[in-house]
Amino acid sequence: MNSNRLSHLKELEAESIFILREVAAQFESPVLLFSGGKDSIIVSWLARKAFWPAKIPFPVMHIDTGHNFTETIVYRDWWVKQLGVKLIVRSVQDSIDQGRIAEEKGVNASRNALQTTTLVDAIQELKFDAAIGGARRDEEKARAKERFFSHRDEFSQWDPKNQRPELWNLLNGRKSLGEHFRVFPISNWTEMDVWQYILSEKIPIPSIYFTHERDCFVRDGVIYAHSPFVQLKPNEKIEKRTVRFRTIGDMSCTGAVTSEASTLEEVINEVASTRVTERGSRIDDKRSEAAMEDRKKAGYF
Amino acid sequence: MYKDFDQNKVPVKNDFSSEGYLDMELLRFTTAGSVDDGKSTLIGRLLYDSKSIFEDQYEAIRASSEKRGEGYVNLALLTDGLRAEREQGITIDVAYRYFATPKRKFIIADTPGHIQYTRNMVTGASTANVAIILIDARKGVIEQTKRHTYIASLLRIPHLIICINKMDLVKFQAEVFEKIRKDYETFAGRLEGSDRHFIPISALKGDNVVDASLNMNWYKGPTLLHMLEEIPISDDYQKGSARFPVQYVIRPMNEAYHDFRSYAGRISGGTFSKGDSVRVLPSGLKTKIKAVFLGEEELEKAFSPMSISIVLEDDIDISRGDIIVKADEPMVVTQDLDVMLCWMAEKKLELQGKYLLRHATKEVRCVIKEITYKVNISTLENEPENKTVGLNDIARVVIKTTAPLFIDSYNQNRSTGSFILIDEGTNVTVGAGMIS
Repeated sequence: MNSNRLSHLKELEAESIFILREVAAQFESPVLLFSGGKDSIIVSWLARKAFWPAKIPFPVMHIDTGHNFTETIVYRDWWVKQLGVKLIVRSVQDSIDQGRIAEEKGVNASRNALQTTTLVDAIQELKFDAAIGGARRDEEKARAKERFFSHRDEFSQWDPKNQRPELWNLLNGRKSLGEHFRVFPISNWTEMDVWQYILSEKIPIPSIYFTHERDCFVRDGVIYAHSPFVQLKPNEKIEKRTVRFRTIGDMSCTGAVTSEASTLEEVINEVASTRVTERGSRIDDKRSEAAMEDRKKAGYF
Repeated sequence: MYKDFDQNKVPVKNDFSSEGYLDMELLRFTTAGSVDDGKSTLIGRLLYDSKSIFEDQYEAIRASSEKRGEGYVNLALLTDGLRAEREQGITIDVAYRYFATPKRKFIIADTPGHIQYTRNMVTGASTANVAIILIDARKGVIEQTKRHTYIASLLRIPHLIICINKMDLVKFQAEVFEKIRKDYETFAGRLEGSDRHFIPISALKGDNVVDASLNMNWYKGPTLLHMLEEIPISDDYQKGSARFPVQYVIRPMNEAYHDFRSYAGRISGGTFSKGDSVRVLPSGLKTKIKAVFLGEEELEKAFSPMSISIVLEDDIDISRGDIIVKADEPMVVTQDLDVMLCWMAEKKLELQGKYLLRHATKEVRCVIKEITYKVNISTLENEPENKTVGLNDIARVVIKTTAPLFIDSYNQNRSTGSFILIDEGTNVTVGAGMIS
């Protein structure tokens, strides 16, 4: 057997680093979208590798819904300092205050969909021509059709039926004035790949990915963290539970899983034995069969 | 057929954080076919039997199958992710699916098989290690089989697995399998490239997909999954000469790395080691590799398809688009390209038309000098009289570039032997070419 064999993690890493370098080479003003979740942490880790010993040649931007887990924000500020990059924060609250969008009403209100307007406004205001995200094709079926370099027209819209073919290593980032690209360097990674890479590279991640005790309540079979951002229904009770999070989004729409996993090894084996996708705990995807496709067409991540 | 769905019964016995699970090979394969071939059933079977379908995914497609009034759980809904695809019941685009066994990780580029989606098949094939060709045992080798095989051969997919499917409908007869294999070899014999493997299967019943068939004792070969797990692929990347197209120049310009400069890129063939004598193209200047880095980790050697950065002994002017090669492995330099071109746009290819050509990390302008012939992708005949090249057509074309390119033939190197054409008016990728 050939001794020059790459592991799946190293091959995925090589592909992602290649894409990140293409972004730096083909675009004038890229930005890395950072949520504090594991996927955007991985992308920033890969970006550091891609340009070492130079600093990452683009800033990091957080679209802040104001409904974050405290742990995520602490991690974000620490991690950005480690990377030595500039952090830009644009907040959904500002968009609401400016009358650009209206807060959703009712017990299931979430600011998830509202992020789109804040993001699109920020891209236009700061004249970014490429927004790098941590979306993966295995997450959701509309995302399975995404390109590495995904074109957005001047209204930030995605046209899934009319995408540019991507062949070999040849990425076409050419665009007209006012248009931009969304770039997804870890498209081909699965949830398991991400966890295994975090383990093998010893990447620090926010504590809420591991087991902890927390005030929770249950709604429609999903365990939620109790927070000031969610209104309880009369029959819902707050109780202490031992949980961890598989994905990190808004407190208002991210479900927790009951778990005792306190190490990466335990998390990985838990992921391996779980029979529900990670987005199964995300209420934002459950609104309709084409929920993600519709949000993406409008400019969502 | 998936009525017994109960994945809770499967406890995980293996430690997925152990050494072996962190070091698996990645195999990319493509499947081309239409609904009738049983392609979706086959993919569904692979995903299902490898426990890669999750409960909520299964529940979602079960509910939508029911809503659509379908009598069974339609596994095609797993891959048909766009609303238009679900409405029309067809796969329009390339869909990527992922699954793993304890031996390998797999990426499936699932592409539609109809003639009007040739460009999607070409796209899916461009990065594949393996192509699965499906043949309906009742129908044998048909036009579509030939077209799929031709595309796999044109795109130089290294390995072909020909699955003779629906063996249950021909009473699992060895004679049927043997006759189709012979017919296939008769027409495929003249095509270059790939090695070919034949497996008799029933995707619906599961024969020879994951588990060996009890109905076909006459077949002594491996099952499809076993073959996907074992087929050697690491040589696919490293055959041929060492090539390093420069993607980006890294200059930290800070105190700690004052005069540091490295060249970033992805090795697209062969190996590069510290101390190697190299030549930089187009300048032709010779120097040596001082260091090879992956991130901050210094390596003794690196190989395709790794993304690395290289520090050279001498201070040479190098920028994006240049190519670093081993000093004794020259490249052809030319402005005239004889190519096979797959056209991917509604607007037809124009003779004397000008396009932007991207080859590796370099972009040049070019003009179409000659349309030598169009390939009739139904009969696979060359048609020299036919010069009209539209969406999904494949043609042999002569191109002249405005600046010299350093090239390999596609045969020798899938990266430095390929290019895309871009329409400067719309910025859209309109063609994909392979250098003869």
